[in-house]
Amino acid sequence: MERDFTARGNHDMGGLTAGEINKKEHDYALWEKRVDAIMVLLTNDLKIMTVDQLRKGIEALPPDAYDKMTYYERWISSITNGLVEAGVISPEELRSRMSKMSSEYIQEEES
Amino acid sequence: MTETRDHEHLHQYDPGHEHPLQADQDDSITYFKAMEAAVRNLLIEKKLITAEQIREKIEQMDARVPANGAKIIAKSWVDLEFKRKLLANPRKAIGEFGHDIGPLHLIVLENTEKVHNVVVCTLCSCYPRWILGLPPDWYKSREYRSRVVREPREVLQEFGTNISLDREVRVHDSTADMRYLVLPMRPKGSEGMTEDELVPLIGRDAMIGVTEVTV
Amino acid sequence: MPQFTVGEKVRVLSQWPPSPPIHCRTPYYIRGCPGVIERYCGDFANPEELAFGRVDPINLSLYRVRFKQLDLWKSYQGGISDMIDIEIYENWLEKI
Repeated sequence: MERDFTARGNHDMGGLTAGEINKKEHDYALWEKRVDAIMVLLTNDLKIMTVDQLRKGIEALPPDAYDKMTYYERWISSITNGLVEAGVISPEELRSRMSKMSSEYIQEEES
Repeated sequence: MTETRDHEHLHQYDPGHEHPLQADQDDSITYFKAMEAAVRNLLIEKKLITAEQIREKIEQMDARVPANGAKIIAKSWVDLEFKRKLLANPRKAIGEFGHDIGPLHLIVLENTEKVHNVVVCTLCSCYPRWILGLPPDWYKSREYRSRVVREPREVLQEFGTNISLDREVRVHDSTADMRYLVLPMRPKGSEGMTEDELVPLIGRDAMIGVTEVTV
Repeated sequence: MPQFTVGEKVRVLSQWPPSPPIHCRTPYYIRGCPGVIERYCGDFANPEELAFGRVDPINLSLYRVRFKQLDLWKSYQGGISDMIDIEIYENWLEKI
Protein backbone atom coordinates (compact mmCIF):
# COMPACT_ATOMS: atom_id res chain seq x y z
CA MET A 1 0.00 0.00 0.00
CA GLU A 2 1.48 3.29 -1.04
CA ARG A 3 2.19 5.66 1.80
CA ASP A 4 0.55 9.04 1.89
CA PHE A 5 3.06 11.31 3.62
CA THR A 6 0.56 14.06 4.10
CA ALA A 7 -1.04 11.90 6.75
CA ARG A 8 1.97 11.97 9.08
CA GLY A 9 1.33 14.09 12.18
CA ASN A 10 3.78 16.90 12.82
CA HIS A 11 4.75 15.37 16.15
CA ASP A 12 5.37 11.95 14.55
CA MET A 13 8.84 12.81 13.40
CA GLY A 14 10.85 9.58 13.68
CA GLY A 15 12.97 9.06 10.59
CA LEU A 16 12.70 12.58 9.16
CA THR A 17 15.81 14.51 8.20
CA ALA A 18 16.96 17.08 10.74
CA GLY A 19 20.04 19.05 11.71
CA GLU A 20 22.65 18.87 14.42
CA ILE A 21 21.45 18.28 17.97
CA ASN A 22 21.72 21.34 20.19
CA LYS A 23 22.95 20.05 23.54
CA LYS A 24 22.53 23.31 25.42
CA GLU A 25 20.25 22.80 28.43
CA HIS A 26 18.22 25.38 30.29
CA ASP A 27 17.30 25.42 33.95
CA TYR A 28 13.61 24.89 34.27
CA ALA A 29 11.87 28.14 35.18
CA LEU A 30 9.40 28.11 38.05
CA TRP A 31 6.43 28.60 35.74
CA GLU A 32 7.51 25.53 33.77
CA LYS A 33 7.75 23.40 36.90
CA ARG A 34 4.29 24.62 37.83
CA VAL A 35 2.94 23.48 34.47
CA ASP A 36 4.41 20.05 35.12
CA ALA A 37 2.94 20.01 38.63
CA ILE A 38 -0.50 21.01 37.36
CA MET A 39 -0.30 18.30 34.70
CA VAL A 40 0.48 15.62 37.30
CA LEU A 41 -2.26 16.86 39.64
CA LEU A 42 -4.92 16.90 36.93
CA THR A 43 -4.07 13.52 35.41
CA ASN A 44 -2.62 11.48 38.24
CA ASP A 45 -4.25 12.85 41.40
CA LEU A 46 -7.58 14.34 40.32
CA LYS A 47 -7.97 12.24 37.18
CA ILE A 48 -9.98 15.04 35.52
CA MET A 49 -8.24 14.22 32.25
CA THR A 50 -5.80 11.66 30.91
CA VAL A 51 -2.21 12.23 29.81
CA ASP A 52 -3.33 10.81 26.46
CA GLN A 53 -5.87 13.61 26.08
CA LEU A 54 -3.15 16.13 26.76
CA ARG A 55 -0.80 14.50 24.26
CA LYS A 56 -3.59 14.55 21.70
CA GLY A 57 -4.07 18.26 22.34
CA ILE A 58 -0.38 18.88 21.70
CA GLU A 59 -0.45 16.78 18.55
CA ALA A 60 -3.35 18.91 17.31
CA LEU A 61 -1.30 22.11 17.42
CA PRO A 62 -0.66 23.59 13.97
CA PRO A 63 2.81 22.55 12.70
CA ASP A 64 4.18 26.10 12.88
CA ALA A 65 2.96 26.54 16.43
CA TYR A 66 4.30 23.14 17.52
CA ASP A 67 7.77 23.86 16.20
CA LYS A 68 8.01 27.42 17.50
CA MET A 69 6.59 26.79 20.96
CA THR A 70 8.75 25.48 23.75
CA TYR A 71 7.98 22.21 25.47
CA TYR A 72 6.07 23.68 28.42
CA GLU A 73 4.31 26.23 26.21
CA ARG A 74 2.85 23.26 24.36
CA TRP A 75 1.84 21.57 27.59
CA ILE A 76 0.12 24.59 29.12
CA SER A 77 -1.75 25.17 25.86
CA SER A 78 -3.01 21.63 25.87
CA ILE A 79 -3.88 21.69 29.58
CA THR A 80 -5.81 24.93 29.13
CA ASN A 81 -7.69 23.66 26.09
CA GLY A 82 -8.44 20.44 27.93
CA LEU A 83 -9.87 22.29 30.91
CA VAL A 84 -12.06 24.42 28.69
CA GLU A 85 -13.21 21.34 26.80
CA ALA A 86 -14.01 19.59 30.06
CA GLY A 87 -16.06 22.57 31.17
CA VAL A 88 -13.84 23.19 34.20
CA ILE A 89 -13.09 26.74 33.10
CA SER A 90 -14.94 28.89 30.59
CA PRO A 91 -13.31 30.81 27.74
CA GLU A 92 -14.49 34.09 29.28
CA GLU A 93 -13.05 33.28 32.70
CA LEU A 94 -9.78 32.44 31.04
CA ARG A 95 -9.69 35.59 28.91
CA SER A 96 -10.43 37.89 31.79
CA ARG A 97 -8.00 36.15 34.15
CA MET A 98 -5.17 36.17 31.62
CA SER A 99 -5.70 39.85 31.02
CA LYS A 100 -5.67 40.50 34.78
CA MET A 101 -2.46 38.50 35.19
CA SER A 102 -0.72 40.48 32.48
CA SER A 103 -1.70 43.86 33.85
CA GLU A 104 -0.82 42.90 37.43
CA TYR A 105 2.59 41.87 36.23
CA ILE A 106 3.13 45.16 34.51
CA GLN A 107 2.10 46.99 37.71
CA GLU A 108 4.67 45.02 39.72
CA GLU A 109 7.36 45.83 37.20
CA GLU A 110 6.65 49.54 37.51
CA SER A 111 6.51 49.66 41.29
CA MET B 1 8.73 47.42 46.97
CA THR B 2 11.18 45.88 49.38
CA GLU B 3 9.88 42.33 49.32
CA THR B 4 12.54 39.92 48.19
CA ARG B 5 11.85 37.87 45.18
CA ASP B 6 13.70 34.72 45.87
CA HIS B 7 11.70 32.56 43.60
CA GLU B 8 14.29 29.99 42.80
CA HIS B 9 14.71 28.94 46.44
CA LEU B 10 11.78 26.79 47.23
CA HIS B 11 12.18 26.78 50.99
CA GLN B 12 11.12 30.40 50.83
CA TYR B 13 8.20 29.67 48.56
CA ASP B 14 5.25 30.59 50.69
CA PRO B 15 1.91 29.84 49.08
CA GLY B 16 0.06 31.96 51.62
CA HIS B 17 1.84 35.10 50.54
CA GLU B 18 2.19 34.33 46.94
CA HIS B 19 1.86 37.02 44.31
CA PRO B 20 -0.29 35.85 41.45
CA LEU B 21 2.66 36.35 39.11
CA GLN B 22 6.26 35.95 40.08
CA ALA B 23 9.34 36.98 38.18
CA ASP B 24 11.39 34.13 36.83
CA GLN B 25 14.86 34.24 35.33
CA ASP B 26 13.36 35.85 32.27
CA ASP B 27 11.35 38.74 33.64
CA SER B 28 9.26 39.44 30.60
CA ILE B 29 5.65 38.40 30.79
CA THR B 30 4.69 36.12 27.99
CA TYR B 31 1.36 34.95 26.80
CA PHE B 32 2.07 31.48 28.17
CA LYS B 33 3.22 32.60 31.61
CA ALA B 34 -0.02 34.55 31.88
CA MET B 35 -1.88 31.42 30.79
CA GLU B 36 -0.19 29.30 33.46
CA ALA B 37 -0.90 31.86 36.15
CA ALA B 38 -4.51 32.26 35.07
CA VAL B 39 -5.14 28.50 34.98
CA ARG B 40 -3.42 27.95 38.31
CA ASN B 41 -5.38 30.73 39.98
CA LEU B 42 -8.69 29.56 38.55
CA LEU B 43 -8.05 25.96 39.63
CA ILE B 44 -7.16 27.11 43.15
CA GLU B 45 -10.23 29.35 43.33
CA LYS B 46 -12.44 26.49 42.23
CA LYS B 47 -10.83 24.40 44.99
CA LEU B 48 -9.59 21.74 42.61
CA ILE B 49 -5.98 22.18 43.65
CA THR B 50 -4.08 24.11 46.27
CA ALA B 51 -0.85 26.10 46.07
CA GLU B 52 0.52 23.70 48.66
CA GLN B 53 -0.05 20.73 46.37
CA ILE B 54 1.81 22.48 43.58
CA ARG B 55 4.68 23.26 45.92
CA GLU B 56 4.83 19.61 47.01
CA LYS B 57 4.87 18.29 43.45
CA ILE B 58 7.69 20.65 42.56
CA GLU B 59 9.68 19.56 45.60
CA GLN B 60 9.18 15.92 44.69
CA MET B 61 10.22 16.64 41.12
CA ASP B 62 13.35 18.50 42.26
CA ALA B 63 14.37 15.52 44.40
CA ARG B 64 14.46 13.27 41.37
CA VAL B 65 17.93 13.58 39.95
CA PRO B 66 20.19 11.43 37.76
CA ALA B 67 22.29 10.53 40.82
CA ASN B 68 19.37 8.31 41.89
CA GLY B 69 19.90 6.25 38.77
CA ALA B 70 23.67 6.34 39.16
CA LYS B 71 23.43 4.70 42.60
CA ILE B 72 21.35 1.87 41.16
CA ILE B 73 23.84 1.34 38.33
CA ALA B 74 26.85 1.43 40.68
CA LYS B 75 25.28 -1.16 42.95
CA SER B 76 24.55 -3.45 40.01
CA TRP B 77 28.22 -3.26 39.02
CA VAL B 78 29.53 -4.37 42.43
CA ASP B 79 26.71 -6.72 43.44
CA LEU B 80 25.89 -9.31 40.78
CA GLU B 81 22.94 -10.66 42.72
CA PHE B 82 21.41 -7.16 42.77
CA LYS B 83 22.08 -6.83 39.05
CA ARG B 84 20.30 -10.09 38.41
CA LYS B 85 17.31 -8.87 40.44
CA LEU B 86 17.36 -5.49 38.68
CA LEU B 87 17.18 -7.06 35.26
CA ALA B 88 14.49 -9.56 36.30
CA ASN B 89 12.22 -7.24 38.28
CA PRO B 90 13.26 -3.58 38.05
CA ARG B 91 10.34 -2.24 40.07
CA LYS B 92 11.18 -4.44 43.06
CA ALA B 93 14.94 -3.86 42.86
CA ILE B 94 14.54 -0.10 42.61
CA GLY B 95 12.08 -0.25 45.48
CA GLU B 96 15.06 -1.32 47.65
CA PHE B 97 16.36 2.23 47.18
CA GLY B 98 13.09 3.67 48.39
CA HIS B 99 12.00 4.79 44.93
CA ASP B 100 8.45 4.23 43.87
CA ILE B 101 8.30 4.23 40.10
CA GLY B 102 4.55 4.66 40.27
CA PRO B 103 2.41 3.48 37.38
CA LEU B 104 5.45 2.96 35.13
CA HIS B 105 6.75 -0.29 33.87
CA LEU B 106 10.49 -0.11 33.73
CA ILE B 107 12.76 -2.10 31.46
CA VAL B 108 16.48 -2.06 32.26
CA LEU B 109 18.61 -2.41 29.14
CA GLU B 110 22.02 -3.92 29.76
CA ASN B 111 24.85 -2.75 27.53
CA THR B 112 27.29 -5.54 26.68
CA GLU B 113 30.28 -6.22 24.44
CA LYS B 114 27.73 -7.24 21.81
CA VAL B 115 24.98 -4.62 22.20
CA HIS B 116 24.80 -0.89 22.86
CA ASN B 117 21.35 0.42 23.75
CA VAL B 118 19.97 3.94 23.24
CA VAL B 119 16.51 5.28 24.14
CA VAL B 120 14.20 7.84 22.52
CA CYS B 121 10.55 8.81 22.47
CA THR B 122 9.95 9.90 18.89
CA LEU B 123 6.31 10.84 19.51
CA CYS B 124 6.78 13.07 22.55
CA SER B 125 9.21 12.79 25.47
CA CYS B 126 8.50 9.66 27.52
CA TYR B 127 11.36 9.21 29.97
CA PRO B 128 11.94 7.46 33.33
CA ARG B 129 11.33 10.75 35.13
CA TRP B 130 10.28 9.12 38.40
CA ILE B 131 13.90 7.99 38.80
CA LEU B 132 16.07 10.36 36.77
CA GLY B 133 13.99 13.54 37.00
CA LEU B 134 13.08 15.72 34.03
CA PRO B 135 14.68 14.92 30.66
CA PRO B 136 17.20 17.23 28.99
CA ASP B 137 16.01 19.62 26.29
CA TRP B 138 17.85 17.76 23.53
CA TYR B 139 15.98 14.53 24.31
CA LYS B 140 12.74 16.36 23.45
CA SER B 141 14.15 18.10 20.37
CA ARG B 142 13.13 17.56 16.78
CA GLU B 143 16.72 16.76 15.87
CA TYR B 144 17.14 13.92 18.36
CA ARG B 145 13.68 12.44 17.96
CA SER B 146 13.86 12.46 14.16
CA ARG B 147 17.41 11.25 13.68
CA VAL B 148 18.30 8.72 16.37
CA VAL B 149 15.95 6.04 15.01
CA ARG B 150 17.33 6.39 11.50
CA GLU B 151 21.00 7.19 12.02
CA PRO B 152 21.77 6.24 15.63
CA ARG B 153 25.53 5.91 15.12
CA GLU B 154 25.81 9.43 13.68
CA VAL B 155 23.79 10.79 16.60
CA LEU B 156 25.98 8.91 19.09
CA GLN B 157 29.04 10.40 17.42
CA GLU B 158 27.64 13.86 18.10
CA PHE B 159 27.78 12.90 21.77
CA GLY B 160 31.35 11.68 21.36
CA THR B 161 30.38 8.01 21.33
CA ASN B 162 31.73 5.61 18.73
CA ILE B 163 30.37 2.08 18.68
CA SER B 164 32.36 -0.35 16.56
CA LEU B 165 30.51 -2.00 13.72
CA ASP B 166 30.86 -5.43 15.28
CA ARG B 167 28.61 -4.27 18.13
CA GLU B 168 24.90 -3.97 17.57
CA VAL B 169 23.35 -0.57 18.19
CA ARG B 170 19.83 -1.15 19.43
CA VAL B 171 17.43 1.77 19.56
CA HIS B 172 14.35 1.69 21.80
CA ASP B 173 11.40 3.91 20.92
CA SER B 174 9.38 4.49 24.09
CA THR B 175 5.99 4.61 22.40
CA ALA B 176 3.67 3.20 25.05
CA ASP B 177 3.65 2.15 28.70
CA MET B 178 7.24 1.02 29.15
CA ARG B 179 10.06 3.29 30.31
CA TYR B 180 13.71 2.53 29.88
CA LEU B 181 16.93 2.80 31.88
CA VAL B 182 20.19 1.86 30.19
CA LEU B 183 22.61 -0.10 32.38
CA PRO B 184 25.98 1.02 30.99
CA MET B 185 29.02 -1.24 30.99
CA ARG B 186 31.43 -0.82 33.85
CA PRO B 187 34.43 1.04 32.46
CA LYS B 188 37.89 -0.47 32.18
CA GLY B 189 40.15 0.87 34.88
CA SER B 190 37.39 1.00 37.49
CA GLU B 191 38.03 -2.45 38.87
CA GLY B 192 39.48 -1.25 42.18
CA MET B 193 36.80 1.36 42.83
CA THR B 194 34.15 1.14 45.53
CA GLU B 195 30.44 1.57 44.92
CA ASP B 196 30.57 5.14 46.29
CA GLU B 197 33.52 5.98 44.06
CA LEU B 198 31.69 4.65 41.01
CA VAL B 199 28.52 6.76 41.46
CA PRO B 200 29.91 10.12 40.25
CA LEU B 201 31.22 8.50 37.06
CA ILE B 202 27.74 7.58 35.93
CA GLY B 203 25.97 10.46 34.20
CA ARG B 204 22.44 10.85 32.97
CA ASP B 205 23.49 10.62 29.33
CA ALA B 206 24.93 7.13 29.87
CA MET B 207 21.59 5.99 31.30
CA ILE B 208 19.82 7.30 28.19
CA GLY B 209 22.44 5.56 26.10
CA VAL B 210 24.06 8.39 24.16
CA THR B 211 27.35 8.00 26.03
CA GLU B 212 29.35 5.26 27.70
CA VAL B 213 30.87 5.54 31.16
CA THR B 214 34.60 6.15 31.40
CA VAL B 215 36.91 6.62 34.40
CA MET C 1 -4.40 -14.74 26.39
CA PRO C 2 -1.94 -12.76 24.22
CA GLN C 3 -2.30 -13.70 20.59
CA PHE C 4 1.36 -13.36 19.55
CA THR C 5 4.29 -15.31 20.92
CA VAL C 6 7.92 -14.34 21.36
CA GLY C 7 9.84 -14.87 18.16
CA GLU C 8 6.75 -14.75 15.97
CA LYS C 9 7.02 -12.77 12.74
CA VAL C 10 4.61 -9.89 12.48
CA ARG C 11 3.99 -6.85 10.31
CA VAL C 12 2.87 -3.41 11.44
CA LEU C 13 -0.36 -2.41 9.73
CA SER C 14 -0.79 0.62 7.54
CA GLN C 15 -4.27 1.68 8.51
CA TRP C 16 -6.53 4.33 9.97
CA PRO C 17 -5.88 6.41 12.01
CA PRO C 18 -2.89 8.03 10.42
CA SER C 19 -2.63 10.71 13.07
CA PRO C 20 -4.35 13.90 14.28
CA PRO C 21 -7.14 14.52 15.05
CA ILE C 22 -7.01 10.91 16.23
CA HIS C 23 -4.36 9.91 18.78
CA CYS C 24 -2.17 6.98 17.95
CA ARG C 25 1.04 5.57 19.42
CA THR C 26 2.23 3.60 16.40
CA PRO C 27 4.86 5.80 14.77
CA TYR C 28 4.51 6.59 11.09
CA TYR C 29 7.98 5.32 10.18
CA ILE C 30 7.29 1.73 11.21
CA ARG C 31 4.04 1.17 9.38
CA GLY C 32 4.08 -1.68 6.92
CA CYS C 33 7.40 -2.97 8.26
CA PRO C 34 8.00 -6.62 9.19
CA GLY C 35 9.50 -7.53 12.55
CA VAL C 36 9.65 -10.14 15.28
CA ILE C 37 7.92 -10.20 18.69
CA GLU C 38 10.60 -9.47 21.27
CA ARG C 39 8.32 -9.72 24.32
CA TYR C 40 4.79 -9.41 25.57
CA CYS C 41 4.62 -6.42 27.90
CA GLY C 42 1.19 -6.93 29.42
CA ASP C 43 -2.30 -5.57 28.84
CA PHE C 44 -2.95 -1.85 28.99
CA ALA C 45 -5.75 0.59 28.33
CA ASN C 46 -5.91 1.60 24.68
CA PRO C 47 -4.41 5.10 24.31
CA GLU C 48 -6.59 5.71 21.26
CA GLU C 49 -9.58 5.56 23.61
CA LEU C 50 -7.94 7.25 26.60
CA ALA C 51 -7.23 10.23 24.38
CA PHE C 52 -10.95 10.84 24.17
CA GLY C 53 -11.38 10.65 27.91
CA ARG C 54 -12.75 7.13 27.93
CA VAL C 55 -11.20 6.05 31.19
CA ASP C 56 -12.24 2.45 31.27
CA PRO C 57 -11.64 1.12 27.79
CA ILE C 58 -10.93 -2.46 26.89
CA ASN C 59 -7.33 -3.40 27.51
CA LEU C 60 -5.10 -4.34 24.62
CA SER C 61 -2.01 -6.52 24.65
CA LEU C 62 1.18 -4.53 24.23
CA TYR C 63 4.26 -6.04 22.62
CA ARG C 64 7.81 -4.95 21.97
CA VAL C 65 8.59 -5.73 18.36
CA ARG C 66 12.12 -5.88 17.02
CA PHE C 67 12.96 -4.62 13.54
CA LYS C 68 16.17 -4.74 11.52
CA GLN C 69 17.34 -1.25 10.66
CA LEU C 70 18.34 -2.53 7.23
CA ASP C 71 14.71 -3.56 6.60
CA LEU C 72 13.42 -0.19 7.74
CA TRP C 73 15.63 2.37 6.00
CA LYS C 74 16.65 2.11 2.35
CA SER C 75 20.03 3.71 2.86
CA TYR C 76 20.87 2.65 6.41
CA GLN C 77 24.52 3.39 7.10
CA GLY C 78 25.09 1.57 10.36
CA GLY C 79 25.89 -1.98 11.40
CA ILE C 80 24.21 -4.89 9.61
CA SER C 81 22.96 -6.27 12.92
CA ASP C 82 21.56 -2.95 14.20
CA MET C 83 18.02 -3.22 15.52
CA ILE C 84 15.18 -1.04 16.74
CA ASP C 85 12.67 -2.17 19.37
CA ILE C 86 9.29 -0.45 19.48
CA GLU C 87 6.25 -0.95 21.73
CA ILE C 88 3.21 -1.70 19.58
CA TYR C 89 -0.34 -2.62 20.54
CA GLU C 90 -1.83 -5.81 19.19
CA ASN C 91 -4.44 -4.00 17.09
CA TRP C 92 -1.60 -2.67 14.90
CA LEU C 93 0.00 -6.07 14.21
CA GLU C 94 -0.75 -8.94 11.89
CA LYS C 95 0.91 -12.34 11.53
CA ILE C 96 3.13 -12.73 8.52
